[in-house]
Amino acid sequence: MSESFPRGVAELSAGLAAGDFSSVELTRHYLARIANHDAAVNAYITVCGERALAQAAAADARRAAGTAGALTGIPYAHKDIFCTRGVRTSCASRMLDNFVAPYDAHVTECLDRAGLVMLGKTNMDEFAMGSSNESSYYGRTCNPWDPGRVPGGSSGGSAAAVAAGLAPLATGTDTGGSIRQPAALCGISGLKPTYGRVSRFGMIAFASSLDQGGPMARSAADLALMLNVMAGFDARDSTSVERPDEDFTAPLANGVDGLRIGIPREYFGAELDPRVGDTVHAALAELERRGARLSEISLASAPLAIPAYYVIAPAECSSNLSRFDGVRYGYRCADPTDLTDLYERSRSEGFGAEVKRRILVGTYALSSGYYDAYYRKAQQVRRLIKEDFARAFDTVDLIAGPTTPAPAFAAGTHVDDPVTMYLSDVYTTAVNLAGLPALSVPAGFLDGLPVGLQLIGNYFDEGRLLATGHALQQVSDAHRAVPPAFA
Amino acid sequence: MSISAVDVRAIARLARLSIAESDIPVYAGQLSSILDFVAQMNAVDTAGVEPLAHPLELSARLRADTVTETDRRTELQAGAPETADGLYLVPQVIE
Repeated sequence: MSESFPRGVAELSAGLAAGDFSSVELTRHYLARIANHDAAVNAYITVCGERALAQAAAADARRAAGTAGALTGIPYAHKDIFCTRGVRTSCASRMLDNFVAPYDAHVTECLDRAGLVMLGKTNMDEFAMGSSNESSYYGRTCNPWDPGRVPGGSSGGSAAAVAAGLAPLATGTDTGGSIRQPAALCGISGLKPTYGRVSRFGMIAFASSLDQGGPMARSAADLALMLNVMAGFDARDSTSVERPDEDFTAPLANGVDGLRIGIPREYFGAELDPRVGDTVHAALAELERRGARLSEISLASAPLAIPAYYVIAPAECSSNLSRFDGVRYGYRCADPTDLTDLYERSRSEGFGAEVKRRILVGTYALSSGYYDAYYRKAQQVRRLIKEDFARAFDTVDLIAGPTTPAPAFAAGTHVDDPVTMYLSDVYTTAVNLAGLPALSVPAGFLDGLPVGLQLIGNYFDEGRLLATGHALQQVSDAHRAVPPAFA
Repeated sequence: MSISAVDVRAIARLARLSIAESDIPVYAGQLSSILDFVAQMNAVDTAGVEPLAHPLELSARLRADTVTETDRRTELQAGAPETADGLYLVPQVIE
């Protein structure tokens, strides 16, 4: 990274405000880094150079006019699941390879309105279904800390872009861990907000009772700045929750003195790499030294989260993805013989293996005679999981543990073994089932690979999560580390 | 729970997916292992537990039944595989 540009967003914002550099200069800098480094990462599906420079020029004009906000002129990378008017929105699928969105997602509008500059659209697991970014139609994304390893998923392109310094900020979406898990494996910070906090209008649906968009950045303080722009009521998303506006940077200075942190024993089981457990405990000890009070708690139903998730998510996916029919937009097979052939071949050729697997599982779970045994049962387990968290929050302010059971795994390890792949989300899916907010922040390193600390908050308690992450980042340098190949 | 080749064909038909014959045993094996895995849920007694559909248990907001969208047909059809006179074209359905 050039010495003339800091990496943190607060510093970039200060530099823009002071006139040290313009948004056009900053945007050129990131576009040059993408041109030089993205071949080794494959974080971006589409780079929008000209469009970004035009946005940057507009941001500079706005600053000159005295109407700039904190993030005006700051570049960001946008997960290719958010619709962007006039720009291909592929969801990393052959199905949408030719899809140019005719409208903007609510989040896209929010970021535009605040004057951010979209550098491009990031790689991801196809339709956000995956934990390794290996199911992308556009090839896998490499982990900037070790190109032979996965960046996590599904927001792996966004996480890798931030980690490699190819964007200071990125958007992500999290259905079962898709913001937190790649943030952990790439050594950055990522926040999955409370269900309903960020509008999903224009965010391509995967599992609608679980999906939630959120920010990804190097630090908790940067996440707070970005959440300020992304959050808010939108009547076009029927699950959007109407609440008074909050400034998520306000609680950052609160610290953790007296904060009650519960540590669930179920998050330190046999599946956990013990050295990851040690790294997480060391980070928690830092918080304890700053006044937090740690206690062991139990989330007895936590081990059932993955099984329940892998019924509910595929069931909802099979319903949501029925819209892709080869008729109105997206991929259509060549020379269909009749309407059924058109549907079946367009879908079979347009979707990749993992998406088809999930559609089949979901279709089965919802089919006549199996609904009660699978979908209804999973929704009942879901209530038990939510009630576990509610009981825990009677006695603690937030819950902490590892984000993932191990650091980034080697590419190709789990592609033919879906169940093993699913287990990399063992600590993250319960949060989505309950609709809670959760943050992953860097806890440290193991053999040169990042380890994530997950903090889970009560509903709409993002402020406290970010304050806790920020407190850790006052005494830890893990979030400032830069992958050697991208220094 | 073992999923047979017949099951895979039936589910694929419901899902409007055509699966190559050579891939059917692979899908049968993977679907069986996924369903065996999720069967862990059966270890817990959920008798009398109300299913949870919405994490915040809020019901969907209602809005006034008024037109909120303008006509953008041309723009929306620009990405369609095949259209004519503002209509989507598909292979002939009725002889």
